[in-house]
Amino acid sequence: METMMRKERIDRGLKVRTEGIYAINSAREILYLMGPRLLLIAGLLALPFVFEFAPYWKRVINIMCAYALLAIAFDFLANYVGLVCLGGAFFTGIGGYFAAIYNVNLGLPIYLSIPLATVSGALLCTFFLLPCLPLRGVYFAIVTLMYPLLFTRIIEALDIFGGTNGITGLDSFPNPYLEHYAIIIIALVFLFGMRRFVNQDVGLVLRGVKDNDQSVKASGINVTRMRIIAVFVASFIGCFAGAYIAHLYMWAGISLFALDFSIIPIASVVIGGGGTLVGAAIGAFILVPLSEILRAFGTFRIVIYCIVLTGFIVFKSEGIMIYLQRKYHQFERWVKV
Amino acid sequence: MELIVYGIINSITLSLVSLGFTLVYSISRVPNFAHGALYITSGYLTWTFLDKFAGFPYPLAILAGIGITSIVGAMIYQFILVRIRGMEISEIIATYAIGLAILEGLRWGGLRGMTFTLPAFFTGSVNILGASVDYQRLIIVGAGLLTFALLYLFTRYTKIGLAFRGIAQDERAAMMLGINSDMTAVVSLAIGSALAGFAAILLLPLGNIVVETGYNVLIFAIAVCVIGGLGSWGGVIVASFIIGFAQILTEAFISAHYQMVVALLAIIITLLVKPSGIFGKQKELEERV
Repeated sequence: METMMRKERIDRGLKVRTEGIYAINSAREILYLMGPRLLLIAGLLALPFVFEFAPYWKRVINIMCAYALLAIAFDFLANYVGLVCLGGAFFTGIGGYFAAIYNVNLGLPIYLSIPLATVSGALLCTFFLLPCLPLRGVYFAIVTLMYPLLFTRIIEALDIFGGTNGITGLDSFPNPYLEHYAIIIIALVFLFGMRRFVNQDVGLVLRGVKDNDQSVKASGINVTRMRIIAVFVASFIGCFAGAYIAHLYMWAGISLFALDFSIIPIASVVIGGGGTLVGAAIGAFILVPLSEILRAFGTFRIVIYCIVLTGFIVFKSEGIMIYLQRKYHQFERWVKV
Repeated sequence: MELIVYGIINSITLSLVSLGFTLVYSISRVPNFAHGALYITSGYLTWTFLDKFAGFPYPLAILAGIGITSIVGAMIYQFILVRIRGMEISEIIATYAIGLAILEGLRWGGLRGMTFTLPAFFTGSVNILGASVDYQRLIIVGAGLLTFALLYLFTRYTKIGLAFRGIAQDERAAMMLGINSDMTAVVSLAIGSALAGFAAILLLPLGNIVVETGYNVLIFAIAVCVIGGLGSWGGVIVASFIIGFAQILTEAFISAHYQMVVALLAIIITLLVKPSGIFGKQKELEERV
């Protein structure tokens, strides 16, 4: 009879050692823990210099980080709170238009208009999403799907905020390095900040809301209030990305409500690995440059994302990041059954 | 009087569009965000048969269009959704992605502009209560009523229809009685897609086949279903009359641009006042946290 073999996964010794206090024992353990994080931080910070002589690709870095922020927001909402947001473009649109209004119509300088747009945009988005927060099920997805389309129509129909031409003449960033590092550093801050946030008490309760809202409610916690906090945080991140993009292009128009801002973050999260937050960012770092290469294909890019996205969701739902984490922390071997 | 006639036509249009969505949701619990895409697919296929293969008779082209659409719907379930059944987040993302892929793929493939139209079944118009109504719209009303009747009979007097209702009411109990839940879900997606295709064939002769219609159809279908109570079939009819008349009234007294605002406002008011919709009584506890 042939012998049956089975694949076995075992944690690396190094991983087990670094889990406890022993992590500070040796440089190797410290490197094991810090290595991936430092690689990500250093890599991102070095990007503007790497592409010093390719100005076009330097712009792509900015967009990439903005999409990474949107992807983090989506991942947080979907995998930690259980709300699927099909309209990331809603956040970018609101944030972008607020930035344009503050900057062009009210004449505020750029270092005031972006933060103000972020906060007021987040408040407005949360307000618009309030009706579907006390409910479970698909209502959040439905309403977020509708808002970007609706706002596009309203702006077109009423010809407000510059109509189809949009608001032009936003201030640009004073110098290109500020432009790059503003978004890179903020993306890193949000990335590591959100990783902490989901492990705080609030984050734990939010995960509880996702898994079993009845038991959270039974513990005397107001589920709707928790969801409001979560939606505020996510739309805060999204509105920042929108305000930044508006200033980057020096223009806010209805293309800020475009489908790209909704579907690329979703695709990034699914490809990168849902629920890891880092995976969302890495997915964006893969997809956005890919999307630039495919620019000649026009709307066919969206088709490619959707097919890749569906493929990943059906056949490889863990995503890249979780796969890499497994390879990093564990080794595999064949054993007899 | 005109308003009433147009209101009735508009309402039946809406309910035709949303029947497919609600059928799929009530049976397989999958919110089919690809509904609008299937609608456009059917119209586009029919157009292709008519235009590319000269001499293809119109009825046959329609049958082929609806048939292929329903096969596409069944395949979406059989090859994709069945693997992620029950994972709500994945279901939503997957159907949304498939819908987008179809719509944007068609747009990329050249579905733009005004060249894509289906001919009306009969041209001409009649005068009803002072309102001029063309034959196509009369056919829509007739076909709509016929569809309601057929669906009613189908779900009450055929074996598959009864299985549908069983699964919709209580999936576990239905499975214990030997109803194959995956099989009914495949059939429901096939029928839902065929209904979307049927609505497309009826409605598209009134305008152009454009990708934006796909998004609009999806949104109106969802609006009607939410207001009627997701998964409730009687609710669909009542809700489409509410939205249908609301739209006609805003169009007459304010502006045609607000049709979508009406739909969204209706959704939000429903969510605030009675989240389970007009006829969603038994699901009320499930949906409110």
